[in-house]
Amino acid sequence: MPAENKSHAPAAFKWRLPTAAVFCLLAGMLVAAIIFAAGSGFIHIPFWNVIRIMAAKLTGSEGMMAHLDPLAPVVVMDVRLPRILTAALVGGSLAVSGAVFQGILLNPLADPYTLGVSAGAAFGASLALLLNFTLLGLWSVPVFAFGGAVATLMAVIYLSASSGELSSGSLILSGIIVAAILSAGVSFIKYLADDAVGIIIFWLMGSFASKTWAEVGLTAVTAAFGLSVFFFFSRDLNLLALGHRSAGSLGVSPRKVSLLLLITASLVSAVCVAVSGIIGFVGLLVPHMVRFVTGPDNRQLIPVSALAGGLLLLSADTVTRALLPREVPIGVITALIGGPFFCYIYRKRQTMRNP
Amino acid sequence: MYDLENIGFAYGPKAVFKNLNLTFEAGHFYGIIGPNGCGKSTLIDLLAGHLRPERGRIRLNGHPLDRFGRKVLARRIAIVPQDFHINFPYTCEEIVMMGRYPYIARFARPGKEDCTIVDEVIRQTDLSGFEARYVNQLSGGERQRVVFARSLAQQTPVLLLDEATASLDMHHTTAMLNLAAGRVSPGSLVIAVMQDVNLAAMYCDRLICMAPNGLFADGPLDHVLTAETLAAVFQVDAQVAYNDFSQTLQVAFRKEGQP
Repeated sequence: MPAENKSHAPAAFKWRLPTAAVFCLLAGMLVAAIIFAAGSGFIHIPFWNVIRIMAAKLTGSEGMMAHLDPLAPVVVMDVRLPRILTAALVGGSLAVSGAVFQGILLNPLADPYTLGVSAGAAFGASLALLLNFTLLGLWSVPVFAFGGAVATLMAVIYLSASSGELSSGSLILSGIIVAAILSAGVSFIKYLADDAVGIIIFWLMGSFASKTWAEVGLTAVTAAFGLSVFFFFSRDLNLLALGHRSAGSLGVSPRKVSLLLLITASLVSAVCVAVSGIIGFVGLLVPHMVRFVTGPDNRQLIPVSALAGGLLLLSADTVTRALLPREVPIGVITALIGGPFFCYIYRKRQTMRNP
Repeated sequence: MYDLENIGFAYGPKAVFKNLNLTFEAGHFYGIIGPNGCGKSTLIDLLAGHLRPERGRIRLNGHPLDRFGRKVLARRIAIVPQDFHINFPYTCEEIVMMGRYPYIARFARPGKEDCTIVDEVIRQTDLSGFEARYVNQLSGGERQRVVFARSLAQQTPVLLLDEATASLDMHHTTAMLNLAAGRVSPGSLVIAVMQDVNLAAMYCDRLICMAPNGLFADGPLDHVLTAETLAAVFQVDAQVAYNDFSQTLQVAFRKEGQP
C-alpha cells in the first residue's frame, strides 16, 4: 500500500475493537454501576449487602438478609433501584433511538430533537400535566407524549415530503420549525399553569427522582420492544445509509422501513420524555462515541449504544443524586457535560475530514 | 429481457413519459443519451423497480417487474447511481460487502464465497489497498469506484449505470466501462445513461436517444448515432464518422459560427 493512502486515514479512526468484547465489558460495567449506585447515597450501604438484598429478592429467600438493617432493603428495593433502572433504561432507549434517527436521516448529528419528536412529546406531556389528565393512570402522560411525538412526526414528514421521497435536509429543517412552534406552545402552557408550573418546569429539565416500579416496567416494555424492532432492521438501516435508491436496489423497501423505524423510535423517545422529561445529548452523543469503537455497522452500534447509554445516564444520575450536595436536574448535567464534549468531537471530525 | 409497454409516468403534473415502448435484449450494452431533464434517470429508476409506472407494464424475463420481491430483484438488478454521498465511516470493504447482502441471511455472517467475490471485485476495480479506508474520506472518483465494486459484487444479470462515470478520470472511466462491458453475456445486459456520446459510441452496441417529449430513436448504434439525431436532440453541429484508432463511430463537434 502506498504511503499516501495511509496518511488519509488518521490513527484515531482505525480504533475498532471486537464488538463482543466491548459488549461484555459494558454489560459488566453496567451491572457494577447498578450495584454501586444502589449502595451510594444519603444512607450508605456496602455493596455486598446490596448484592445480598438483590439476591434475596430475586430468589425469594428473605432469610438471606436476616441480620441486615431493616431499612436497607426498603432503601435499595423501593427507593433507589426503580430510579436506577429507569435511568439506565431511559439512557439506553435514548441512545438507541438517536442511533436510528441518525441512520435514517443519514446524518451522524441528528437525534430525536432535530426531528421535533421530543418537543412534540414534551408538548403532549405538558398538556396532560396542565389538564391534570389522569384517566389512564400511569399511561396518561406517556400516551399524551406519544400522541404529541407521532403528531409532530407526521406534521414534519408532511411538511418535508415531496414526490414520495423523504429528503433528510428538508426533514431536519421541518423538524426544527415544528420544534420551535412547540417550544412556544410549551411556554404558553407554563404561562397558563399557575399551580402546576413548578412540576412542569422541573419535569422539563429532566429528573429521575421518585420513580416507581410501574415506571420501570413501562420503560422496560417500550425499550425491549424498540430494541427488538431496531435490531431486526439493523442491517436494512445500514443499507439506508447508502441512500434510498441504492438501498432499494439491495433489497430494502426504503420508505416502508424508514417509516416503521421512525415511528418506533418516536414511540421510544416519547416514553422516555414522558417518564423523565427532556434529557438532551444522550441520543446525540452516545451513538457518536460508540461509532468510534464499533464502527457504523448498526448491528453492532445498536446493542452497544443501548448499554453505553444506560451506563452514561445512570452514572450521571448517580453523580447528581449521591455525590453533589444538592440535586441538579439530570438534563442540565447531561447538557453541561455532553455539550462541550460533543463540540470537541464535532470540531475534531471537521478538521480531520478536510486535511 | 426487458419489455416496456405503453409506459406512462409523471412527477405530479409534469409528464415524463406518455406512451413509451422499449425492448432490451440480453447480450447487449445499451446506452441512453439525451438532454438534461428528459427522464433518463427516471427510466433507470423504472427499470430498477424503484419507481412504478402509472400506466403500462414493465416485464423482466417475461414476468411483471412489480411481481418480483425486493430481495429477488436485488439478485437480478444492480444500479450504480450518479452521485453517492455517505456520512458514516464505513470502510470500503464493508460497502462492497453490502452488495452481497441480498445473498446473506439477515443475521448471518458472510460466507467464504461472499468474501472471495468481494476480494475479486476489489482487485478488478483497482481498489486493492483501499479495503480499510473510510468511504467518507475518499475523493468523489474513488467513492464512485467503491459503489461500482459494490454493484459488481451483487452479481446480477442486469447492470444499470446512471451517469456512473461522471466523476471519474479517463483511466478509471475506461477501466469501469471495460469491466461493465465484460459483464455483457448471452444471459445478461448493461444499460448505461451517458452524457459523453463518444464513450457511448465506444462501448454501446445499442443506443437509445431520448428527447424532452419522449423517446427520439432507438436501435443499433450506427442507426441512432447520426449527425441528424444529434442536431435534432441536442441542437449541436456534429460530424459522425468511423474512427480508425478507436475502431468505432466517433463524434466531432464544431464551435458555433465557424464556416
